[in-house]
Amino acid sequence: MSEHIVPVRVYVSIFLALIVGTTLTVWAAFQDFPGPLNVIVAMTIAVVKATLVVLYFMHVRYSARLIWVIVASALFWMGILFALTFSDYLTRGWM
Amino acid sequence: MAETYVEHEVSHPALQHHFENLEQQREAGTLGMWVFLVTEIMFFGGMFLAYTLYRSKYPEAFAIASNHLDIKLGAINTAVLIFSSFTMAMAVYSTQVGKRRAQIISLVLTIVLGLAFLGIKAVEYYQKYEDHLIPGSLIPGNPFNPDPHAMHLTPGVSMQHVQMFYWIYFAMTGMHALHMIIGVGLLSVLLYFSLKRRYTPEYHNPVEVIGLYWHFVDIVWIFLFPLLYLLGRHLGGHAG
Amino acid sequence: METFVPPVPSRINYINAQYGLKSWLLTKDHKRIALLYLGSISFFFFIGGLYAMAIRLELLTPQADLLQSTTYNKVFTQHGIIMVFFFLIPSIPATLGNFLVPMMIGAKDLAFPRINLLSWYIYMLGGIVTIYALLAGGVDTGWTFYTPFSTTFSNSYVVATGLGIFINGFSSILTGLNFIVTIHTMRAPGMTWFRLPLFIWAHYATSLIMILGTPVIAITILLLAFERLAHIGIFDPAVGGDPVLFQHLFWFYSHPAVYIMVLPGMGIISELIANFSRKNIFGYSFVAFSSLAIAVFGFLVWGHHLFVASQSVYAGMIFSFLSFAVAIPSAIKVFNWTATLYKGSISYDTPMLYALGFIGLFTIGGMTGLFLAALAVDVHLSDTYFVVAHFHYIMVGGTLLAYLGGLHFWWPKITGRMYPEGWGRFSALVVFIGFNLTFLPQFVLGYMGMPRRYHVYPAEFQVLHVLSTAGASILGVGLLIPLIYLMWSMRYGKVASGNPWHLPGLEWRTQSPPPTENFDYTPVVTWEAYEFAPPEEMEVVGKFRDEVAEKV
Repeated sequence: MSEHIVPVRVYVSIFLALIVGTTLTVWAAFQDFPGPLNVIVAMTIAVVKATLVVLYFMHVRYSARLIWVIVASALFWMGILFALTFSDYLTRGWM
Repeated sequence: MAETYVEHEVSHPALQHHFENLEQQREAGTLGMWVFLVTEIMFFGGMFLAYTLYRSKYPEAFAIASNHLDIKLGAINTAVLIFSSFTMAMAVYSTQVGKRRAQIISLVLTIVLGLAFLGIKAVEYYQKYEDHLIPGSLIPGNPFNPDPHAMHLTPGVSMQHVQMFYWIYFAMTGMHALHMIIGVGLLSVLLYFSLKRRYTPEYHNPVEVIGLYWHFVDIVWIFLFPLLYLLGRHLGGHAG
Repeated sequence: METFVPPVPSRINYINAQYGLKSWLLTKDHKRIALLYLGSISFFFFIGGLYAMAIRLELLTPQADLLQSTTYNKVFTQHGIIMVFFFLIPSIPATLGNFLVPMMIGAKDLAFPRINLLSWYIYMLGGIVTIYALLAGGVDTGWTFYTPFSTTFSNSYVVATGLGIFINGFSSILTGLNFIVTIHTMRAPGMTWFRLPLFIWAHYATSLIMILGTPVIAITILLLAFERLAHIGIFDPAVGGDPVLFQHLFWFYSHPAVYIMVLPGMGIISELIANFSRKNIFGYSFVAFSSLAIAVFGFLVWGHHLFVASQSVYAGMIFSFLSFAVAIPSAIKVFNWTATLYKGSISYDTPMLYALGFIGLFTIGGMTGLFLAALAVDVHLSDTYFVVAHFHYIMVGGTLLAYLGGLHFWWPKITGRMYPEGWGRFSALVVFIGFNLTFLPQFVLGYMGMPRRYHVYPAEFQVLHVLSTAGASILGVGLLIPLIYLMWSMRYGKVASGNPWHLPGLEWRTQSPPPTENFDYTPVVTWEAYEFAPPEEMEVVGKFRDEVAEKV
């Protein structure tokens, strides 16, 4: 069997990190950061949490390159949907 | 002359006839679930697009609407789901190392936590129902009609845009909840077969792939929570 | 070229391995599932064709004499929905793809046979729901379901039809998922990526589109349905929604969908051109990569459907540029096919006739797409018959011709019988003539200003419409003839050998029809794709089969 078995302590650490992340994001939500920083902070924390789940709980860190390509492609495709749609909405006022 | 015949190994009872060996079957199963998760990412992606668009158009209405969501229940649910992801990972681990009792307990815990999430969600939904915040005429006798004062609606902000937020809230959390329900169903099937000793260190791909599905549902919530519940708290939003 | 060892002869094949309805309806064999699809897809094609007939009959005269306005709206809508969702998108992948993908890679079946069967049942369920909606009263929004007409003002069965399409989408997703996993994990020993037939590359690229695009139309239909049912305003301007958001979401899938429709056809054409020129495809890797490029670029151009929909001009310019770019990989394929023909040993059998027709007609369709990609020109041509002619050149002149060519080419493999070659060539010619007579005048009509989806028009357009309808009748006849002789051949056609065309592909190295497990042994591939051997060597399989057939 070619699979890698992730040790329990890794799972526990990731779990604790996720709880810390959640606490952090709730705390940060009540702080009035300048400009768009609230959104940026919230999304950064969310991305970090999601990355931890993907890499460790979903074993992507130990998986074949094909899986990495699949995950990256899905995110890229969502990016296409957002980017090109917003190329319309953001530039409508330019005329 | 080229070798044209490949021997078949003595087959494991779980090996399906069209695969050469268990390793190939496992690879196919895992790849299949990942490809399916790609479709789920694109499915939720459409709703995230609508959310992003309307939030950028109506920031104040969205903040006001968001502040009326129960942040305590939302945060508790987030912790519940994260914990269930941990227990799911432990279920996979236990199966990989052959610890059957831990496998069963982990699966049961995951199911219980999933049901807890859904229960808390139901409480939240019921609160919205009582406050007449269910959008449109989804509930025929109870159209969208909240008290502007209770919503702390500032003058100039349209209640229609507040309704837009709630539509997106219900669409996204509702779709998420549907996926959780399906997940709990899948986990129950897993539990049933685990009790029948079907999954071993040699053959446990079903546990792995349903784990992938469960973690995905967790990730969707990791994004939903800040986007829906934490929007406008810094603009004087009170807890709950 | 390794010496081929013929397998032990067996008269048992996937068709006669088991008898009875249950053995077909509960089958896990990809070949039987392909035939289940063949039957249902032909049925839906026929229904879509009836709607087409109604359209062309109405358009014979400038007045509205055959159909009322609302009825006409329903007719063209339903023609579009049935043809796009229930014929074109599944046709080649679910029939020829299902049948051939495992065989061409040397596998016993697809990775998930039960999911394959499930996808057919889901297709049937979606079809039944849609047919119900049509019979209950139909839908009149255009197959594009634009808001706010579809959400607020239409009095037709929008939700029911949408549900049927939604369900059908899962069939598409499951097929794509199955192909991707199969091609990645179940190739026979020695079958490296660059030894794969281009049919496989094309289906792989198609499956990527199915996976990435279909979920978006799924959520879009759901949002549309909820808006219509619960009066919620995500697309409704009165409550702050944007109807153009619907168009963005709809076309994010529906543009790549046209590549779902044409890419498998291109895969077939690569096979036909190479095999009937007895020559390796010129620029194999270019053709393989251009399939992937089409799949990727196809996702970047959807805004060209929104040029006149109040989309920002700047976004329009980006989409216009990208739409020009997406033509490049298709052009690369056409050049490579043509180069393959050069100095090839060409035989003009029926499949080759369809392939040659495809190259010409697809090129016309593709080039007229460039007109539409140009922003300024599109302002005048948008929503005219020019657009209608453009997409029919690709979908009928392209996909349908490829489908017919492929069906004829692999018919002996699928059924163990040859079709009558004379009738095959004759109907290919009739289809070609009928098709061009139907749609060439429509380019002129569009240029002259005839709008699409109208059944009333100025008298000066009538001549062209009459020509178009005449062409449609000829096309209809040309499509009926193969239906008859193909069914006839299943009983009375000449018995085909394992390799009647004497070709190197893996699917030809087993009997016709194949046994349930495809091969009597696991093939080990040591040759490149399209590695043609002298005819004497290729005869081995065919001769052996014929000898056995005589003795038994």
